[in-house]
Amino acid sequence: MSKVIITVVGKDTVGIIARVCTYLAQMNVNVMDISQTIVQEYFNMMMIADMEKASGTFEEISEGLENLGQEIGVAVKCQREEIFLKMHRI
Amino acid sequence: MLNMFEVIETNNMIEHEKLDVRTITMGISLLDCCDSDLNALNEKIYKKITTYARNLVSTGEEIARDFGVPIVNKRISVTPIALVGGCACKTPDDFVTIAQTLDKAAKEVGVNFIGGYSALVCKGMTQAEENLIRSIPKALASTERVCSSINVGSTKTGLNMDAVRLMGEIVVETAKATRESDSLGCAKLVVFCNAPDDNPFMAGAFHGVTEADAIINVGVSGPGVVKVALEKARGENFEVLCETIKKTAFKITRVGQLVAQEASKRLGVPFGIIDLSLAPTPAVGDSVAEILEEIGLERVGAPGTTAALAMLNDQVKKGGVMASSYVGGLSGAFIPVSEDQGMIDAVSLGALTLEKLEAMTCVCSVGLDMIAIPGDTTPSTISGIIADEAAIGMINQKTTAVRIIPVIGKGVGDTVEFGGLLGYAPVMPVNQYSCEKFVNRGGRIPAPIHSFKN
Repeated sequence: MSKVIITVVGKDTVGIIARVCTYLAQMNVNVMDISQTIVQEYFNMMMIADMEKASGTFEEISEGLENLGQEIGVAVKCQREEIFLKMHRI
Repeated sequence: MLNMFEVIETNNMIEHEKLDVRTITMGISLLDCCDSDLNALNEKIYKKITTYARNLVSTGEEIARDFGVPIVNKRISVTPIALVGGCACKTPDDFVTIAQTLDKAAKEVGVNFIGGYSALVCKGMTQAEENLIRSIPKALASTERVCSSINVGSTKTGLNMDAVRLMGEIVVETAKATRESDSLGCAKLVVFCNAPDDNPFMAGAFHGVTEADAIINVGVSGPGVVKVALEKARGENFEVLCETIKKTAFKITRVGQLVAQEASKRLGVPFGIIDLSLAPTPAVGDSVAEILEEIGLERVGAPGTTAALAMLNDQVKKGGVMASSYVGGLSGAFIPVSEDQGMIDAVSLGALTLEKLEAMTCVCSVGLDMIAIPGDTTPSTISGIIADEAAIGMINQKTTAVRIIPVIGKGVGDTVEFGGLLGYAPVMPVNQYSCEKFVNRGGRIPAPIHSFKN
């Protein structure tokens, strides 16, 4: 399993989750968990996804998500899960 | 499973609090490059460095992208060149050719600094070591990325006062040789006591002879993260304060540990140590001085500064050691003047003096660091400053160092611009009374009584 954390932060608008998920489906990335909240009109979303069977490299998908974020007008970031696990789990 | 709060916390540290991994430093042994022919030696050195470190920079960039954490510097440290070049170099100029080879190799692999133009002379100097030391002004003036360090004392051996005297002269000569660039050469020259073999931070990094053929050492940072964490503990007692620092240091160090393990795996080079240091940069919000001010000082340098720094340093270590099994290098809070906006401000206001900085070095790593002093400071006064700092290290069984820059043509009231991570600094006054007779005695200061532990 190759888990990544995708975060989306930006001004709330229609279809953010749909567009991110559509892109991930195209790249054969399996979404395992989604949580989202809106703080002061700002949309915060976190996805845990599995890239094991993805049809692109981490670099390509990470770049693809960044570009998609720019199109929608939000910041999309894709990071390997380990940095969060190391920091928050003993 | 991870929750959103944790993910946001980590990303806030990176995006808003300047969390980064300060350096991945690859230590490379050059002992197997030794040759009595200078050209052959230079060729072997160039080949070994460019082969081993070929993928260092690209691997660092890959890791930074995968985890979304900046890795600011990729660097190399090598075996002290006085040992490597001793057989081939008969004159200081011979050693300069090695410095130029190191510079060329650093440029080829794309690292911004290469450390190890060094000599370990804590008890005595061989002819080769003296030649290397005498070559430093020319070596640093004719290269861009080479860093030099000299170990002039240790708790076990005492202080080599001949080397201390010589280094006073060399610091001034280096300043003169690089006078066109505000004596920048001195920013790449460190004089140590108890120098560690595995320090990943420049300018003092070298690959000790006790180390393996190649090793990955990582230096973490994050003063901004500690500062922001402490803002939430305003008005709380010391117990809460210490807990906050420890928890933050743990989190920062875990990121360093992850990066070190990944770099080691991807480069096929064993992992050495994590250096748990709070290393500031001139950027606002990335300052050790600001942490001390957050703890409760109006300005760094005020009474209480040494105690606050001692506490900070200790808590950083206590939090950090649990995050990594192999901690080494310098590990502590750095207090360079020119690289820390809060320190620069405190010096400009007259809150922070050279003497207070010296007191602060008794309780933290590393020493008098990146301090600009008047260009007319005599070599013997600089030797006196080095001797004081080395004595603190020797007696307290800790690493201390001096990296001061006598800026030729400038005096108190002037400002010096070093650029980039080296920052800028106001020129600080130095005590005007002479220590010439003390420095000129020659010989050694014996090892302290508590070093006889056998």
